[in-house]
Amino acid sequence: MRIGTLKETYAADEALFDTATQRAWLVVLAVALVALPFVANEYFLYLACLVGIHIISTTGLNILTGFTGLVSLGQAAFMGVGAYTVAVLEGRLGTPALLNLLLAGIMTALVGAVVGLPSLRVKGLYLAMATIAASFILHFVFANWSSVTNGVSGINVAPASVLGLTLSRPFALYWLILPLMAVMVLAAANLFRTRIGRAFIAIRDRDISAEVLGIPLLRYKLMSFALSSFYAGVAGGLWAYFFRVVTPESFPFVYSIFFLAAVIVGGMGTILGGILGAIFMTMVPEVLKLMVGVLSPILPDAVAILSPVRTIVFGALIIGFLIFEPHGLAEIWRRTRRFFHLWPFKT
Amino acid sequence: MDFDWLFFFEVTLAGLGNAALLALTGLAFVLIYKATRVVNLAIGEMLMVGAYLFFSFTAGLGLPTYVAIPAALVGGGFLGAVLERTIIRPMLGENAISVFMVTIGIGSVLMGLAEIIWGAAPTALPDFMGGGAVFIFDAYVSRKVVIGFTVSCAVIAAFLLVFRFWRGGIALRATATDQAAAYSCGINVPAVFSLAWVFAGMAAAGAGVLVGAVGGISPAMGVFGLSALVVVIVGGLDSISGALIGAILVGLIEAWAGTFLGGEYKMLATFSLLMLVLLVRPYGLFGTVEIERL
Repeated sequence: MRIGTLKETYAADEALFDTATQRAWLVVLAVALVALPFVANEYFLYLACLVGIHIISTTGLNILTGFTGLVSLGQAAFMGVGAYTVAVLEGRLGTPALLNLLLAGIMTALVGAVVGLPSLRVKGLYLAMATIAASFILHFVFANWSSVTNGVSGINVAPASVLGLTLSRPFALYWLILPLMAVMVLAAANLFRTRIGRAFIAIRDRDISAEVLGIPLLRYKLMSFALSSFYAGVAGGLWAYFFRVVTPESFPFVYSIFFLAAVIVGGMGTILGGILGAIFMTMVPEVLKLMVGVLSPILPDAVAILSPVRTIVFGALIIGFLIFEPHGLAEIWRRTRRFFHLWPFKT
Repeated sequence: MDFDWLFFFEVTLAGLGNAALLALTGLAFVLIYKATRVVNLAIGEMLMVGAYLFFSFTAGLGLPTYVAIPAALVGGGFLGAVLERTIIRPMLGENAISVFMVTIGIGSVLMGLAEIIWGAAPTALPDFMGGGAVFIFDAYVSRKVVIGFTVSCAVIAAFLLVFRFWRGGIALRATATDQAAAYSCGINVPAVFSLAWVFAGMAAAGAGVLVGAVGGISPAMGVFGLSALVVVIVGGLDSISGALIGAILVGLIEAWAGTFLGGEYKMLATFSLLMLVLLVRPYGLFGTVEIERL
């Protein structure tokens, strides 16, 4: 049982991972993540890469929606901007992959800032509608700006190559996605210990009082949009390298809802929530697929109803979490931790 | 090439026909928003369920049209009541964004259920309006569009009268204006919430039957709700007249853009309109401007 956490310095108090137990488990996690590609099969690595991409994008959306309080339903479209940037750069200029990813992030950040422009005037649901509108307009651009995006037939992307190594299998891409994910998630966690991140939280809690306290609203809201889009852009770029073909249909509107759902299911406004939500929402369809595989000898048309069942479970998860566990998986995780901290006594 | 005025006129009429359906859906939307402050993104799916109920009653059970339509309306109203009671009521007092996400979830569940029950393939509703054309000053208009337009207008007019004169309508408006005051005047506010959802469910089901009759039904027809959403955002979330004017704007712009520029420009045109309106008037054309104080 832990009685209390003794802090002797300010640095210790502000540390991201404040207890020794936590740090020890993090080392275990890191070792496990590094060891994963050597023990897992191709399918699990594929899932791991996909989860990594989703975590980056969800963390980005969490910065905007969970921490700044601006609801966006355009995250998938922003990912599309990143994916197309990578595809075009790779195909036309052949620039190195890491540079492409960086440029994809910057490009998407610019687009995101433009979409965020109405955010000073409109709030809440009107802003959500504005982002829906932006995502449909972006979709239109993808489908119809044929000279760049190759229209509905899309662009094939060459495999990423870093330092002369060609990363085409999930096993190789994992080593690109994992470090990027780790760096970006840590950066996001750190952001909320800085002046800028604190300003975001102040805006979320009450934007007018934030303004009274001297936070320039427009600048910070645009910054939040740009940052969140940067994450989406990098995730989209990785997506392009992962699936190797980018079409306008790759980033449908439901995909945006998927990310918002991941933020909600995971827990709005916590970094851990974004991670847990992305993992959970990515794995649910796979588990369903597995269940269909088990059921198909008993239920002959199990495969046929897979897609609608997926839609239903998706909706039911959103409803269920919002009604019964509004703080999401992160809260469940916190409860579990507290149980072990207080163990012989009841919480 | 000179401009074909007759063709333009025909397109405009078709757009107006669509606008009437949009207005009916928008009305259902405004009704829920006014009474309960819930932005209901599932309105398109409620509309789809209404259309499918009608389909089951006529094609499945073989009921005559004049029985099937009221039955579908009752079904839609029942759906609204159930949704309000089981899902929206527990969310009372939560922040607007959570409730809005819950309705997205409802939409997803309804769509999946419809796909399981009725199959994913698009079908046509049994023809109950008759084919043929109606000519208005030489201009050809499909008979279905004319009937849809007339019925929508009649229903909207009926709704407006009900809100103006019926006790329940007055209770609804009182609740919309000030919930606490309405409570203290003896209005049963939770009942008003249910009432709003029942009426909205019926309006959506009616709109669904009309939309389905014109364009066929499929589980994906909930997308129509997105256009209706644009309508109410353009008009202002809490204004019935705004919804009507927004519907006419969106209906016409969709028809013109779809015909003269190509089908893929439809969504682009409506959403560009939305962005434009939001930039100029953040609360829609006729919406109430919220004043925020510390």
